[in-house]
Amino acid sequence: MSARRIPWTLLIFLALLPLPWIGSRYQTFLGTEIAIDALFAVSLNLLLGTTGLVSFGHVAYFGIGSYVCGILMKTYGLPFVLAFPAAGLGAALFAVVFGFFCVRLTKIYFAMLTLAFSQIVWAVCFKWNAVTGGDQGIADVPFPNMHWMASLPYVGDLNINGRFYLLSLVLVAVCIAAIGQITRSPFGRMLTAIRDNRERAAFIGLNVRAYELSVFVVAGGFAGLSGALYGIFNRGVFPDYVFWPKSAEVMIMTILGGMNYFWGPTVGAFVLVWLNQEITNYTQYWPAVLGSILLILLFALPGGILGGLARGGAALRRLLAGRGDA
Amino acid sequence: MTASLLVGQFLSGLTTSMFLFLIASGLSLVFGVMRVLNFAHGSFYMIGAYLAWQVVTWLHPVGEAFWPAALAAGLGVAVLGAVVERLLLRHLYGLDELYQLLFTYALVLILGDAAKYLWGTGQLSVHRPPVLDGGFQLVGNTVPYYNLFIIAVGPAIAITVGLVLSRTAAGRMLRAASADREMLDAMGANVGLIYTGMFAVSSFLAGLAGALITPMESIVPGMDVQVIVQAFIVVVIGGLGSFWGTFWGAMIYGQVLSFGILILPEFSLFSVFALMAVVLIVRPWGLFGRPIR
Amino acid sequence: MLEITGLHKSFAGFVAVNEVSLTVAERQIVAVIGPNGAGKSTFFNLITGHLRPDGGRVMLNGRDVTGIAPHRICALGMGRSFQLTNIFPRLTVFENVQAALLAHRGKGRDFLSRAEAMFRDETMALLASIGLASQAGTVAGVLAYGNQKQLELGIALASDPKVLLLDEPTAGMSANETHETIALLERIAEQRGLTLLFTEHDMEVVFRIAHKIAVLYQGRKLAEGAPEEVRANADVRRVYLGGHA
Repeated sequence: MSARRIPWTLLIFLALLPLPWIGSRYQTFLGTEIAIDALFAVSLNLLLGTTGLVSFGHVAYFGIGSYVCGILMKTYGLPFVLAFPAAGLGAALFAVVFGFFCVRLTKIYFAMLTLAFSQIVWAVCFKWNAVTGGDQGIADVPFPNMHWMASLPYVGDLNINGRFYLLSLVLVAVCIAAIGQITRSPFGRMLTAIRDNRERAAFIGLNVRAYELSVFVVAGGFAGLSGALYGIFNRGVFPDYVFWPKSAEVMIMTILGGMNYFWGPTVGAFVLVWLNQEITNYTQYWPAVLGSILLILLFALPGGILGGLARGGAALRRLLAGRGDA
Repeated sequence: MTASLLVGQFLSGLTTSMFLFLIASGLSLVFGVMRVLNFAHGSFYMIGAYLAWQVVTWLHPVGEAFWPAALAAGLGVAVLGAVVERLLLRHLYGLDELYQLLFTYALVLILGDAAKYLWGTGQLSVHRPPVLDGGFQLVGNTVPYYNLFIIAVGPAIAITVGLVLSRTAAGRMLRAASADREMLDAMGANVGLIYTGMFAVSSFLAGLAGALITPMESIVPGMDVQVIVQAFIVVVIGGLGSFWGTFWGAMIYGQVLSFGILILPEFSLFSVFALMAVVLIVRPWGLFGRPIR
Repeated sequence: MLEITGLHKSFAGFVAVNEVSLTVAERQIVAVIGPNGAGKSTFFNLITGHLRPDGGRVMLNGRDVTGIAPHRICALGMGRSFQLTNIFPRLTVFENVQAALLAHRGKGRDFLSRAEAMFRDETMALLASIGLASQAGTVAGVLAYGNQKQLELGIALASDPKVLLLDEPTAGMSANETHETIALLERIAEQRGLTLLFTEHDMEVVFRIAHKIAVLYQGRKLAEGAPEEVRANADVRRVYLGGHA
């Protein structure tokens, strides 16, 4: 425990920073999507892996964030500096209201109520033409103003996609660092205690529901921020962002990487987005591939990629230790 | 609002209800006994629809090909369900509910693509069976005989399953299984076989429902996801695992949807989801269910 | 210290705890015994707020705590351990006790500090006192059963309770483990000036450490008194001790 902590967030951030200069346009594009999805998945894992809350409606807050940001920027012409935080706040606000009811339930009922709320949000987005554009959504959400970057060294040479990648990467890194801090804080420790044993947690003096609601709101807020970036990235906001299969998708990302690891969701986002791009070049049957990945995960790799690596590493060490003894 | 409109909406709601009841009853049975929330139930329904179309196409010249096709669809899907349960799902019983949920979602993805691969992405349709062609007049509405048949089939199946559950030894065992799994283990009953049987029966109901919808709606990819959401709402309203709860849940759902369209055409979708949320908040175990541990 | 009057609870017509009263003085060690199904666990759950009583009162240090939430009762100085081991299985032994300390000291809402090093010395001292210091880094779920029960005690102690309720502290333990656990309990109760209320099926343990014994039978309190009195009580011998003693 006394070993010096490796600042992973910083290292990963620095490693990914040069992508727009050394990578292709396509890779920069992919990198932006991975960063945004990673934040979404990390925010879900605050519920799933850290607190043990199976939310099947996390997409609601992602979607609300993207709609709030999209509507503010497109319809009201607000700058990104205002619309982005507003997206997080808006999502968190809805998370307060929905979460208040959700944390009263446990297990499967919690999952279903989160799903029900996300479907309500979807139905509203899908039908409320005047505000959300109905099934057409909101097209042509503008990019943030990034002209100021032109005066920066090196950054000035990049096109708008490269600049948006940098902006997204910085924002996502800050958010993930913040979530990391929360996870490692005393508050985060309480969340893991609740995950492990709700009843016992109450009897070390925790108001379990209040903690669950707090983390629900925090996770919702960060999901909203990732949704805001996603809408800009895709140049539009559509009801599909709030539809329940997207909840399943982000859950698969999280579990694919390993929900017991802080970096699991990020690894999952990377692998899934990249695989998706590679595989859709060859076949239209991506869902079947995704389903098969899920089956492999469930039956062969229940700890996800990082869990598998950790197990493999431990086995290797044992093997080497065994050799040493002999 | 005229009487004609009211009756029309009521009948259309009732048809929807009985359909959903057929589908949701299987979902509810599996949850009641096995505590598995089966996302793939809608996929079984879709496969049933495609199978029915396939058999009707093979038997083309036969006038009443629809009936054997519907039966074959139900049985085919039942076999599919049994195989899935025996080979895969079985290994996940000890694990967290999340894993079972994700497993059934994996089936949704795979079966959805399998259907696209086998039957393409176009719309397919099946003709109404000749005996049920036509309809009759009721307070200014034309009611197709086929809808009447559906409205009758729902309660018929409900009563049959209800009787099987309450009167037969197998039914009593199933109820014991849903009340207390460990107790059943202790009694020495073959839980594994009960689960497989349960899953097959549930799949049969889904497949049959899929076949029966074909004369009314065209078969398209995506019908699986659409129907599973509706079925979920029905079982949540009625009470997960409660058979009669599912019946009433379906009745409520059908009427809310059908009259919701009259009152708030924009938000009829919204109204059913809101209903589901309200039920979960007030009585998480459903209007007609009982709390489970 | 702990004053229970007329506590009552029924489930769907079945009376589980029937008008039970019991007074526990400061630093007293009191055992609640009775055959299976006598209502001991329900009785405990009523006291600690896990169940809401239908009637009766629970006073802790002169304060009415009847039916308030477990986390608030805990904050008022009542700790408890459970019949089935009730720890945080995926946290380490260190983190188990540290979490309880953090919660008790009102640090649970702090999301700006690093948890890792907080209350390190206190946690280790507490682990040492329950004999688990050497296992601090072990994931709690893989500990031996007896150690898990010890850890549970450690979690309860972290809230610095005045009254400790122990539900079958030696259930499922070997003779050796039982012996160690009882010695540990006695020592800690002495050191910390604890008031103990516990249920137990092992009569040897009960008669060895209890100052006072209450006997529950079919939800009612059948007898109460010093160990010798209870042992001599004809009713108790008839329904309960007769078979054992």
